[in-house]
Amino acid sequence: MSVAGQAQASNRRLIGKLVLLVFAMFGFGFALVPLYDVFCDITGLNGKTGTADANSITKDAVDRSRTITVEFTGNTAGGLPWEFRPAVAKMQVHPGALTRTSYFARNTSGHAGVGRAIPSVTPSEAAAHFKKTECFCFTEQTLEAGELKEMPVQFVVESDLPPGINTVTLSYAFFNAEKYARRTADDEAQVNAARTSNIRGDRS
Amino acid sequence: MATADVAHHEEHHHHPSGVMRWITTTNHKDIGTLYLCFSLSMFLLGGLMALVIRAELFQPGLQVVDPHFFNQMTTMHALLMVFGAIMPGFVGFANWMLPMMIGAPDMALPRMNNWSFWILPFAFTMLLSSLFTAGGGPAAGWTLYAPLTIQGGMGVDMTIFAIHMMGISSILGAINIIVTIFNMRAPGMTLMKMPLFVWTWLITAFLLIAVMPVLAGAVTMLLTDRHFGTAFFDPAGGGDPVMFQHIFWFFGHPEVYIMILPAFGIISEIIPTFSRKPLFGYTAMVLATAAIAFLSFIVWAHHMFTVGMPLTGELFFMYSTMLIAVPTGVKVFNWVSTMWRGALTFETPMLFAVAVVFLFTIGGFSGLMLAITPADFQYHDTYFVVAHFHYVLFSGAAMAMMGGAYYWLPKWTGHMYDEKLGKIHFWLTTIFFNVTFFPQHFLGLAGMPRRIPDYALQFTEFNVISSIGAFGLGFAQLLFVYVIVKCVRGGSKATDTVWEAPRGLEWTVPSPAPYHTFETPPKIA
Amino acid sequence: MSPFRVSTAVALAWSGAALSVAPVPANAAWGLNLPTPVSPIGREILELHNLIMLICLIIFIVVFGFMFYSIYAHRKSTGREAATFAHSTKAEVVWTVIPFIILIGMAIPSTATLINMEDTSKSDLTIKVTGYQWKWQYEYLDHDVSFYSSLATPREQIVGLQPKGEHYLLEVDNPLVIPTNRKIRLLVTANDVIHAWWVPKFGAKKDAIPGYINELWTKVETPGTYRGQCAELCGKDHGFMPIVVEAKSPEEFDAWLAGRKQGSSLEHAAATAAAKQWSESELMARGEEVYAHCAACHGVDGKGLPGAFPAIAGSAVATGPVEDHLTLVMDGKPGTAMQGFKGQLSDIEIAAVVTYQRNAFGNKAGDTVQPSQVQSLR
Repeated sequence: MSVAGQAQASNRRLIGKLVLLVFAMFGFGFALVPLYDVFCDITGLNGKTGTADANSITKDAVDRSRTITVEFTGNTAGGLPWEFRPAVAKMQVHPGALTRTSYFARNTSGHAGVGRAIPSVTPSEAAAHFKKTECFCFTEQTLEAGELKEMPVQFVVESDLPPGINTVTLSYAFFNAEKYARRTADDEAQVNAARTSNIRGDRS
Repeated sequence: MATADVAHHEEHHHHPSGVMRWITTTNHKDIGTLYLCFSLSMFLLGGLMALVIRAELFQPGLQVVDPHFFNQMTTMHALLMVFGAIMPGFVGFANWMLPMMIGAPDMALPRMNNWSFWILPFAFTMLLSSLFTAGGGPAAGWTLYAPLTIQGGMGVDMTIFAIHMMGISSILGAINIIVTIFNMRAPGMTLMKMPLFVWTWLITAFLLIAVMPVLAGAVTMLLTDRHFGTAFFDPAGGGDPVMFQHIFWFFGHPEVYIMILPAFGIISEIIPTFSRKPLFGYTAMVLATAAIAFLSFIVWAHHMFTVGMPLTGELFFMYSTMLIAVPTGVKVFNWVSTMWRGALTFETPMLFAVAVVFLFTIGGFSGLMLAITPADFQYHDTYFVVAHFHYVLFSGAAMAMMGGAYYWLPKWTGHMYDEKLGKIHFWLTTIFFNVTFFPQHFLGLAGMPRRIPDYALQFTEFNVISSIGAFGLGFAQLLFVYVIVKCVRGGSKATDTVWEAPRGLEWTVPSPAPYHTFETPPKIA
Repeated sequence: MSPFRVSTAVALAWSGAALSVAPVPANAAWGLNLPTPVSPIGREILELHNLIMLICLIIFIVVFGFMFYSIYAHRKSTGREAATFAHSTKAEVVWTVIPFIILIGMAIPSTATLINMEDTSKSDLTIKVTGYQWKWQYEYLDHDVSFYSSLATPREQIVGLQPKGEHYLLEVDNPLVIPTNRKIRLLVTANDVIHAWWVPKFGAKKDAIPGYINELWTKVETPGTYRGQCAELCGKDHGFMPIVVEAKSPEEFDAWLAGRKQGSSLEHAAATAAAKQWSESELMARGEEVYAHCAACHGVDGKGLPGAFPAIAGSAVATGPVEDHLTLVMDGKPGTAMQGFKGQLSDIEIAAVVTYQRNAFGNKAGDTVQPSQVQSLR
């Protein structure tokens, strides 16, 4: 009897541990989401770019010995009825120099819409060294029917861009964000704060 | 033995009979039988879907089904085979054999055992009925990649719930197996004395517990993305579709080993018996299994080299994947060494075991080729990959189960199976398997993508051969069913040891194994 | 899939049928290895593939040589007794270490090729490739040239009403044109779901992911036409979005590009078409041709696929206000496979196809749409 009781107790202990492991792994599946973002920010996986404060950048010395070609491209995706293109197709910049350019978006449909631009930089090795200090991609953009809007981007290519990279492409995909527009401004601010702090953390 | 017999009779007096026996049973042998029958029926149903695929691909052009239904067939075929045939099949073997192999009277948690089986028929009913909903069943491949999965209809939601249920069933099964192995071994049965099948299952159970919840998480995220306004995988809301692939394959690669490690265990039981020699390098086999399981957690991204990773990532996943060849090689060398200088006979189980070692290694080598990142860019998502994983999953997992079934059928039923028919089944299966899948290597190299319902004319010849092979392979399995039924119904009486000198406690009990075994623990030397 | 080219298609099909009985078909059937590469990376991959194949084959023969020898010589029927040995530390160390060394030997050339593949610097031409359900878009970023490329195989060939042409399923209306011996950098992305751009003879494959951009490079040495397919399951017509690349000499390429840039004749034709008042029968005839774009999802009979793709026959859109119908066709419907067509169809094409949808399949809206009406909505 007591042997059986002991066996049951030890079964229960083991089951308890295993069930805990199951829940831990279920949680881990979700934890992979923020972990993945951090991982992407560090490695530039998927061309995810960093953002940074303008004043933290200006200290970076401009490296005039090196010229990088920055290409711009943009497209709408997922059924957003807008026209979207860069003001210039490419420009030459020096690493460390703060540069400004813009994109144009025009709502060609007969109704107002909300869009969100997702930036992506290639090659992915360059993504972590491509920092935006100002970008229309930080927030959702609303365009009235027929409205044309200039959308500025300010960026810097850091001087520790790996040698051998001489062309960097910045691409934006403008998605229809109607579905997510109902989020409150607070949420939005939080998301952005979290996003920027991630990046600031690993490059000081 | 006498005690076992008494218990057997006793049980019959106050035990429900007929259907209720199977619904309420908590006996590991009954539940093992249920799992095995379920697995076989899913195997046949999944095979039927494979035949729809091969019928459409018999000739270029669309003849049999439309592309949308074709995609549902490829998706459903994979889900049925992975979650319905292979995984429950191995759980069936575990239920039947583990307690007998470690000298335990039953599984540690018999009632939970009953639940974990009975979840499955409901899960698969749900999955299969999605085919009849508007928009049809899931059509985005068994990998359920976002954002394509987001586009599907209600069938996708049913699939997600079905996967949740299958996951729960697998996790309950795995917990049961771990508790049984840790707490129910007969006195003297130390861990390093356990048969290799028990070892491989112990490691598999830990893999299941580690990754099935991750899959559950991934499909839950799909569900909330589809219906509850989250944006885990939708770039428009700040999500990332590639992240789905990372999470999925974090589950998916260990899943591959969940489907093959128990097969290694079965092979490691069969080969020594028919070589009349102990298994070569037992300790190395256990360590190799553990090494494979560990490595399976750090290689996932080799399934997605083409998504665009930084060079360092590609190199890491290439090297770690190549490393798996080392412990896998150890296993193959040890099996061959077990046969070396033995006294070999080739009954049906041994034929299957030898074929598994040979054919699985072909799949292993194509796996090594796929690990080479630059070459993978050419192979990825082509029929080369289809050929590769059928060599590991059909001629690895499924044929190992067939071998295991022939090996233990006499113990289960008390009758010898029909050796002649068994051998015919083996040769038909092996020949038609190779006719079906070997040409697919060439198709992949020549540039035929996977998951297409129609193809360019230069792929015709090999597709014709492959389809002919597939129909042969499918019909050969009806013979398997016939042999099993015939063996259950009768046949020459099997002795207790069944084979000449097999090792293991399961051969010390009568054939058929009585309803209750080892109620008093056996003595282990 | 454009029935309006039925006559040419029939001619092509017959010439294709004639070619298929010719002794040497353009695409080798019974191919056993990777196709002959035409780019440096393709060649490196082929060499790597052959090397690894060879190493695997040798190991395979050695290991299974032992096994089959054992199967032959160590049968019980030869009357032998089984040995009893069960391990050998020496052997086990040897067969752990040797594979490890072989793997290092494989990793070295693989790493070199991989580094080469990922080096997209110093390219001569950048082309953006966008995957759609189910076609490709190519944009020459520095040259303001952009076009769509979709399957050109007529539906009649797919369903078996016509003999299949030589390049069945591997032919498009507008192929990608590139210069030979120039480093071409391709930026790959997608509009809706994940696709993958792949030309086997280039050794180039990359996933096209919505929202993200990937890059790959190639340098084609031999002029010619090269064919590939989408390599990532992207829904119903995944098997019907081929890739065709024409590699021309740099001079011919420049001439082609100049011609493309002018495009004036096309625009002129479009302007004339837009100014004209079209009769219902003209619109219906033209609309039936353009409807090939819609038929992939909504079916040739307009019945769609219940649950997945809505029917046009009897639908509220096709029988409701014409403005809503036009907006849907032009702007698409977010979150579904329905994309906006205003980027790829001209005013007259949209006018015609909407007219057709409203008056075919038993729909009797009775109204017609003129190009000017489409123009006003742009």
